[in-house]
Amino acid sequence: MSLTDVRAMRTEEPKHAPPPRAKFWLYRFDTKTVPYLLIAPFFILFAIFGLFPIIFNGVVALRHWRLDDPTLTGWAGMENFTKLASDTDFWDALVNTFGIFILSTVPQLLIALMLANLLNRKLRGATFWRIGVLLPYVTPVAASTLVFAVFFSRDYGMANWLLSLVGFGEEQPLDWRATTWSSWIAIATMVNWKWIGYNALLYLSAMQAIPKDVYEAAAVDGAGPWRQLWRITVPMIQPVVLFTVILSTIGGLQLFNEPMLFDENPALANGGYDHQWRTIAQLIYKVGWRDLNLGYAAAMSWALFLIILIVAAINALATRRLGGGK
Amino acid sequence: MSTRLLSRAPQDTPGTWKSYLGLFAILLVSAFPVYWMFVIATSTDDAVMKSPPSVIPGDQLMVNLREVFTLQDVYFTASLINSLIVALAVTASTLFFCSLAGFAFAKLRFKGNNVLMFIVILTLTVPNQLGVVALYILMGKLGWNGQLIAVIAPGLVSAFGVFYMRQFIGHAIPDELVEAARIDGALTLRIYWTVVVPAIRPALAVLGLLTFVATWNDFQWPLITLNGTDFPTSMVALSDLASGNYVIYRRVLAGAFVATVPLIVLLLIGGRQLVRGIMEGALK
Repeated sequence: MSLTDVRAMRTEEPKHAPPPRAKFWLYRFDTKTVPYLLIAPFFILFAIFGLFPIIFNGVVALRHWRLDDPTLTGWAGMENFTKLASDTDFWDALVNTFGIFILSTVPQLLIALMLANLLNRKLRGATFWRIGVLLPYVTPVAASTLVFAVFFSRDYGMANWLLSLVGFGEEQPLDWRATTWSSWIAIATMVNWKWIGYNALLYLSAMQAIPKDVYEAAAVDGAGPWRQLWRITVPMIQPVVLFTVILSTIGGLQLFNEPMLFDENPALANGGYDHQWRTIAQLIYKVGWRDLNLGYAAAMSWALFLIILIVAAINALATRRLGGGK
Repeated sequence: MSTRLLSRAPQDTPGTWKSYLGLFAILLVSAFPVYWMFVIATSTDDAVMKSPPSVIPGDQLMVNLREVFTLQDVYFTASLINSLIVALAVTASTLFFCSLAGFAFAKLRFKGNNVLMFIVILTLTVPNQLGVVALYILMGKLGWNGQLIAVIAPGLVSAFGVFYMRQFIGHAIPDELVEAARIDGALTLRIYWTVVVPAIRPALAVLGLLTFVATWNDFQWPLITLNGTDFPTSMVALSDLASGNYVIYRRVLAGAFVATVPLIVLLLIGGRQLVRGIMEGALK
């Protein structure tokens, strides 16, 4: 849009001896208006497809909005939200979401820190290792989850075979999908696998920005590599740790792909026969596009938004506190 | 345990055999699921159900692929083309609009520059997945649900892209260069095309890779708007392959493998840029 304006304008660009007045207006337009035309596409497209849906979501949440019954419309007031408060499906999904979130975030960030520490050496083939740890990041989550679904299958899964090697579950193999804990661990494993390398590179980047004299000064205290990591490196990269904690909170609480495709029949969006691993994002999908109740799904989205805000704030504070205490 | 003094920064300390062993182990764990995807994609049903599991590829890849590509109602061939169209359209548009806006924010003086940039940064923190219900209704009003445009439109610009481009252009292009071009009589858009674009090719490569990977792999929104239509993306087609009461894993993973190959190729070609993009992103 802006482009065509400016292109059209450029063809008017005078080739020889332009009348000074026209040139003045052209210059004025080019310096006063064109900058706004350059940033306009971002703001217009974001307003339509990013901001508007989130605001409009609030309106939908306060209305009856069913895909199967277009006649049932009108304001619902707080009805969707009061229904939410007593909906055990929602609270169960909230517990599952948090359980999987903790099982996936804590190991993910700790292992990423260890990996970054390994990468933060003078290494042969440094680029090779860095590219290698990004393999899970580029692998489509749909594809990797389907591999893990086979990996964690009861009868011929590799996870159970590995467990049997250490003498576990030989008579009765573990049915990973059947119990709450095992299904959470399986899903958390997939999330950890995907994001450890990515987070390690974020940490590595911050580690390499630490001035070297910080380490020289600290040598007086006689710091070994382990203490060097925890006493110098980690406190110095605290802002990035905070950043990854918040990113993982936002991503983890919206977890959808892994629980969705771990199901034996993903189309149902059940999250296990007893919904033992159904997350909130999955429940929103089920309520909106299986039960066709968009109003209620919108209310759930708002609740999730609020929860993310609160948890992100708590995590940010906690991370800052932990870092300061060390 | 070590009692010797460590005065060297870690990045000046050579890796020991232990660090290489650790890295190797992590690389193995990272690569194994992808390798195993390939193994099952090349196997027969019997080989999949063997204990201990077989870790050697079979010779059934072509058989399994033929099944995937000829399955009714999954539209696998079309889905790969659709994914390519969506990812290329989103990447091209993101690169163009974000570099334009990044240029304006980094090098042009206009009223509200800082405030507007702050708004861009604020929008970075909005989890826009939360608007999916309203986005679906919006696309319904536009008549776009079930069409590729519904997946392309929300990805046309990205706040991260604007931010990344602003940072890069701010460092890569001296103000004097822009001023000099202006004194020569070049208009803003000509400066963008002849001065800015040639100087930011590396940043375009990085942002392009990040955008392409994220778009190709996107699952939730494409599933909502494209599921059950004749125009799935490859991720939606994979979920179709894996749905139903009787799932044939060698077939599912043959499909998964095909959908993964383009990204592995990208990682091999552009891994260096991808690493740099992620590491630069962290410092902001």
